[in-house]
Amino acid sequence: MLDLPALLNCFAATSCLITQASTGVIIGMLLFLVASGVTLIFGVLHVVNFAHGAFYMIGAYVAWSAYDATGSYYVAVAAGALVAAVVGILFERLAISRVYKENLLMQLLVCYAFVLICDDAVKIIWGAEYLAMGIPAEFRVPPFRFAGGVIPPFYIFLVCAALAVAFASLMLIRYSHFGKIVRAAAQNATMVSVLGIRVPIYFAALFGLGCALAGMAGALAAPVRSLTPGMGLSILIDSFIVTVIGGMGSIPGALLAALVLGLTRSFGSLGFPLFVDGATFTMMVAILVFRPQGLLGERVTR
Amino acid sequence: MTTTYLAGLSRRAFLGATASAGAAALACPGILRAQGATIKVGVPTILSGRVAILGETASIGLKMAVDAVNASGGIDGRQIELVIRDTKGKPDEAARLTRELISSDGCQIILDCEASGGAFAVHEVVRDTGTYCVHAISETSSLTADPANRAAWIFRAGRQGIHDAIPGGLYAAELAEAGVKRWATCSPDYAYGRDTTAEFMEFLKVFAPQVELVGESWPKAFQPDYTENITNVLNIAPEALYTCLWGGDLVAFFDQASLYGLFDQFQTVAVNMGDAPVLEAIRNLPAGIHSGNRYHKDVPDSAANEQWNTDYRKSGKLPTNWGWQAYTGARFVLEALAATGGDLNRDKLSEATRGRKIESPHGVDGTVTMREEDNTLVGYALGYGKTIPQDPYLTDFQPTPWDVILEHEAEWKKRKGFI
Repeated sequence: MLDLPALLNCFAATSCLITQASTGVIIGMLLFLVASGVTLIFGVLHVVNFAHGAFYMIGAYVAWSAYDATGSYYVAVAAGALVAAVVGILFERLAISRVYKENLLMQLLVCYAFVLICDDAVKIIWGAEYLAMGIPAEFRVPPFRFAGGVIPPFYIFLVCAALAVAFASLMLIRYSHFGKIVRAAAQNATMVSVLGIRVPIYFAALFGLGCALAGMAGALAAPVRSLTPGMGLSILIDSFIVTVIGGMGSIPGALLAALVLGLTRSFGSLGFPLFVDGATFTMMVAILVFRPQGLLGERVTR
Repeated sequence: MTTTYLAGLSRRAFLGATASAGAAALACPGILRAQGATIKVGVPTILSGRVAILGETASIGLKMAVDAVNASGGIDGRQIELVIRDTKGKPDEAARLTRELISSDGCQIILDCEASGGAFAVHEVVRDTGTYCVHAISETSSLTADPANRAAWIFRAGRQGIHDAIPGGLYAAELAEAGVKRWATCSPDYAYGRDTTAEFMEFLKVFAPQVELVGESWPKAFQPDYTENITNVLNIAPEALYTCLWGGDLVAFFDQASLYGLFDQFQTVAVNMGDAPVLEAIRNLPAGIHSGNRYHKDVPDSAANEQWNTDYRKSGKLPTNWGWQAYTGARFVLEALAATGGDLNRDKLSEATRGRKIESPHGVDGTVTMREEDNTLVGYALGYGKTIPQDPYLTDFQPTPWDVILEHEAEWKKRKGFI
């Protein structure tokens, strides 16, 4: 099970080290992209959006159609994020906002019902067949080679996009007027509303933003994923592992956790190929037991 | 108190009429049968989740065969009804639904269209209940090859893994002769992926002993990101790669691997590439990937296959490997029913199926046979070819003669202790 020689050989060879380290960063940034929406919504609204994967799927499918119609990958990504945001706002207004104060189980059930409805709707609109967007023409180029290592340009673009998302989300929540109001409203909605601020609109906007991030992640990753109804389920588990390890609600924490998981996966596939998933979940259990607030999460006093 | 009588019907006439009706019913069950109940065929298959498309295309194949018989008057005047149930790809659900099909829905025939995991669950139920069954989809060889799993009333009407591994090994051995000796594998990490890969490598070494297995990578089923597996293979730097990833997973793997220029660096044998939806889903299909035929309109290159392909596409879907196999399974059931005159007796149906040869658009010589010795299908088109970026996507197809396959299959069975 343990292949230490392979791992040590990799550390000794520059080409392997560069390929695997860049792979770790790439996997990590893709994980962060899909987890950022969950983290954002939980961090502010304290709602666990179990329907996150459905918005990822909506983003990917809408991007597929937009790419088919326009041939532009960037338009496709924008369309995916926009439609996911609109559906997210509708979902928040019509369903989730009514169970904000209910227990977690009620929120889980509402989200799960939404996921099943979305899966069937996708099947009706786009069919049950798997779809592939294909790599956009501008990225259909040979990979960069650096000291024997291989790095595809498309993944460099995705890593930059993920870092931009991390930076923009952090700025928006911590320093913008919008961010301050939403955080204040989440602490004490009544107090904020007596100041003449329409709290539900802010909550809906933030929820929509989280869903837009999920949709954008789906759209960005669509060229390298096969699109199938139910595709959101596989990323939902990854998103929650990242969120739990990073600290529920912490964007820098999610970024750090995603990087740690990415590097574990890339080097683990050489050193302990049969225990890569086991290692990720072991990390999650260790965090839950010894540092329940996560790597960079704030300790919650009860 | 008054007594009323039915006008015009005397007691004697009433008794006479009743007696005649009773006698007719007792003496001629065929009258009731011909005018009455349909013949129900239970079908457990996957209609939801990531591989729903396979269950859907299997259902289309089944309906093509059944509709043709129903349109021509049915079996002995009785219509065939397919009772299709969604197992969601879960073996426990497949077992539960199969029991329900038999006990509640009154199906005396099970036409199993489940993937391998579910097929073994269905297998246990039909063995336990003694129900006539045709497995149409599972390729896991041991399902019918291993005598421990065998029952006289259970058949396989689809391709068998070992039948595919022999042409694969022979084809890959030619690559090895040309100097491709260091092989790596990247296949899904469950029974099908492990078994199929082991069988392929076993036969590759039989035909080309100089071949060396230098590394393996085992992605999980339905894994969204294959980057770690791709770079793992790149680090191993083999001269050829074998993969039995399939469906949407294969499409995602190809798109991701092409970013790394994987297919420019070594030969690739992707046994499941040759399925029409995969070939048409990959937008920038690289040329020169080696693949098995799965279902292809030019394999076999016959007018009957071309016509079947045209008829199937009228459903609005592309035919898959599951599509032709389900069609073939249904054809065997219908032919057996025709031979028994609609008699649903398990042993009579089994007797009519065993050893039967039917005309088939998917047979090498226009026929396929349910081999008598192990109740499994032989004679279907098998072989390997290379991809090209445009329609028909798979070309240079090299068929493998069945006498060669049967000879090596017999040796494999001896090695396994099956005979």
